[in-house]
Amino acid sequence: MRTKKTRLRTAVAMLFALALTLGVAACGSSDDDTDTTAGGEGGGAIVANPDNGKVSLTIGSKNFPEQEILGEIYAQALAAAGYKVKSDLNLGSETVALRSVKSGQISGYPEYASTALTSFFGKEPEDVPADAQGAYEEAKAEFEKEGLTAFPPTPFASANAVGTLKTTAEKYDLENISDLEGVSEKLTLYGSPECRQRIDCLAGLEELYGLKFKSFKPVDIGLRYTVLEKGQADLSILFTTDPQLAAEKDKFVILEDDQEVFPAGNVIFVTKQSTVEEAGPDYEETIVQVQEGLTLPVMQELDARVELEKQTPKEAAAAYLKSAGYTG
Amino acid sequence: MATAGGDVSQLLPQPLLASIEGAIEFIFSPQTSNVTGGKTVGGIDQVVELTLNQVELSVFAIGLSLLVALPIGLYLGHRGVGEWFALTIGSAGRAVPELALIALMATLIGVGVLNLTIALAVLGVPPILANTFVGVHQVDRASVDAGRGIGMTEFEILRKVEVPLAIPTIFAGVRGAAIAIVATATIAPIAGVLTLGDFILNPSIYGNDGVLAGAIVVALLALAFEFSLAGLQRLLTSPGLRLKAT
Amino acid sequence: MTSPALLGAVGEVGKGFIQERNSDTLPCQADTSKVFCWDWARENIDRYGTPTVQHLELVVISVLLGFAVAFALALLSHRRRWLQPPLLATTGVLFTIPSVAFFFLLEPFTGRGRDTAIVALGIYTLQIIYRNTMVGLANVPESVKDAARGMGLTDRQILWKVELPLATPEIVTGLQIATVSTVAIATLAVFVGGGGLGVPMKTGIDFSTNLIIAGGIAFLMAIGFGLLLLGAQRLLTPWRRRAAT
Repeated sequence: MRTKKTRLRTAVAMLFALALTLGVAACGSSDDDTDTTAGGEGGGAIVANPDNGKVSLTIGSKNFPEQEILGEIYAQALAAAGYKVKSDLNLGSETVALRSVKSGQISGYPEYASTALTSFFGKEPEDVPADAQGAYEEAKAEFEKEGLTAFPPTPFASANAVGTLKTTAEKYDLENISDLEGVSEKLTLYGSPECRQRIDCLAGLEELYGLKFKSFKPVDIGLRYTVLEKGQADLSILFTTDPQLAAEKDKFVILEDDQEVFPAGNVIFVTKQSTVEEAGPDYEETIVQVQEGLTLPVMQELDARVELEKQTPKEAAAAYLKSAGYTG
Repeated sequence: MATAGGDVSQLLPQPLLASIEGAIEFIFSPQTSNVTGGKTVGGIDQVVELTLNQVELSVFAIGLSLLVALPIGLYLGHRGVGEWFALTIGSAGRAVPELALIALMATLIGVGVLNLTIALAVLGVPPILANTFVGVHQVDRASVDAGRGIGMTEFEILRKVEVPLAIPTIFAGVRGAAIAIVATATIAPIAGVLTLGDFILNPSIYGNDGVLAGAIVVALLALAFEFSLAGLQRLLTSPGLRLKAT
Repeated sequence: MTSPALLGAVGEVGKGFIQERNSDTLPCQADTSKVFCWDWARENIDRYGTPTVQHLELVVISVLLGFAVAFALALLSHRRRWLQPPLLATTGVLFTIPSVAFFFLLEPFTGRGRDTAIVALGIYTLQIIYRNTMVGLANVPESVKDAARGMGLTDRQILWKVELPLATPEIVTGLQIATVSTVAIATLAVFVGGGGLGVPMKTGIDFSTNLIIAGGIAFLMAIGFGLLLLGAQRLLTPWRRRAAT
């Protein structure tokens, strides 16, 4: 008698727990494949070209929200143009992403021209051209030596920045990064684990600004505002396109990079030359066309939707494409 | 140099050797890196620094786990109560998803050594608690009764009879805790503590050789912990019991 | 050579696309002081579907793989006792090596992605399953085996009809421990591109509602598997239950 009851209870308990997880799984298995049917009905600017249906493309991205949004925009746009598109976002940092292009795992991904020049081609941050076109052309030339190529740049650019709470900036009278001289020894700086060694990050602050900080602590990129809010970080490495800087400007400020240690990078789409030839002219044209609307305010808006309002990059990208008239 | 992807040449011996050689080199001598503006990365100093950070964090977490779990496990095991509680905690502890734990702690409480020690101790307490309970509880009743018979206090029984006999089981729990803690401490760089995960998670800076080097050193570190604890166990097991190999 | 795919140069977002935001008007999910946003959770639970399925795949495939290998090793070393210490030692070493490290020890050879994660997770389960299987087989009383031999059963028949059934509780316990642990560790597969519930955890690392949901699903999945296997163990050993009543 007793064993029957305990058996029943065990059965119910295990079914409940497993049902809960399976329920979530069944509830919404959304596909990674972007819609391959033409999205160009009724007034959209991108119309599907049936020739493109023979070509399969995989669009990748690096591992933070702005990158995922860009990846989704390109993926959805190319799908609207009739390509068979898959996305493989969130690959990792630029080394992993570049490797994925070279190995054929992905067709291409959006990279910042400044990152490409410093990380892949060994340029010093101060030698990175300040204008978008110049940086793009230099990067493209270097890529072409390796059988790759890059498409023209986006209107917006993004750069690393040293950020802090408004109260901290007021307390120490900080406007530029140079103002940290003499003060930085008392302050802790938090940044991504990569930042510690990068010349366009901590290493640059130490060498080119000559600053010494009380300590540097590595944290995941996603926590860069959390550590400021929790009062653990005096300074944190932020991005100039961060939505928090606009939405919560009474809380956070960034210091001006007066000595230009943090090069700004426009986004250029990196891909193999062979892929360009296989995919036809619509490949580059679609991407160039669809990124024209990505001005700084628009990119910040998209970042805000994903990072603040926790929309998925897919939703944000779809909304952008629709609002700018690229898709119906 | 080594490319990812389903390339069949991956499986041939040559790339294999090149990567391991590169990794060993990375561990011992500093390398140049594209992104550091001239500063070298790797080399024995950096490797030791990160290893010591990981050791420190792990030892703190194991210590905190012992501090919390041992007394409870000993008490409950000696009294013979709370078996369901101890065993359930032991099983549930295995089910805790490491990444969510670290991230949640970081978001709610904060980052850094102190906060991570607490987070890691959440992983370490369950196996120590469950095993301590079982170890003490399973001591032969006759031995315990004999102890009472010759006039030992409850605490003396625990200390002189139950614990020595329970050492192998208790240590199994400590070793389990250590494995989980050292493993999770590897990814501590996402939450403020610079451990060996830094090499593994940053190929842009350290290169593929650095990543492999980091993985190798972590593996060796985990084994070192395991051997140290095994050695400690032998030391603490009274000679009479050592003859009974576990 | 104009492409028929693109017409017109649109490219400015409509009015009202860019919204005004300030600290006072942030919704629950943007507010870092809120620990759990129920409304957001209810509306967005479906985005955890794909990661959950991926996670299930990771766990099931790697445990089955680990079980197959460990079980084969156990059968192999059952009669060849000299094999047992080295196998125990090897699987022990493999078990001690953290899975995160294993992902990246394998990566140069098996690449980035799900396969590498599965192999590493499978390797982790070897020691638990192998050891439990060996213990289960060793615990079969000699008297039972003698009786079987007396009845004329061959060694192979004894193994499959007597020893393994009696060892089932131990084996299933090993499977249970292995599976529960694998669910938890598989959250780290995201670092090597293996998908799973670690993906939402990492991309929403500062969003506590998300962490609680993703972590909660993983935790419940582990518990669910644990209970499922516990139930399976009871089902597979009816003679024990009869004895209890």
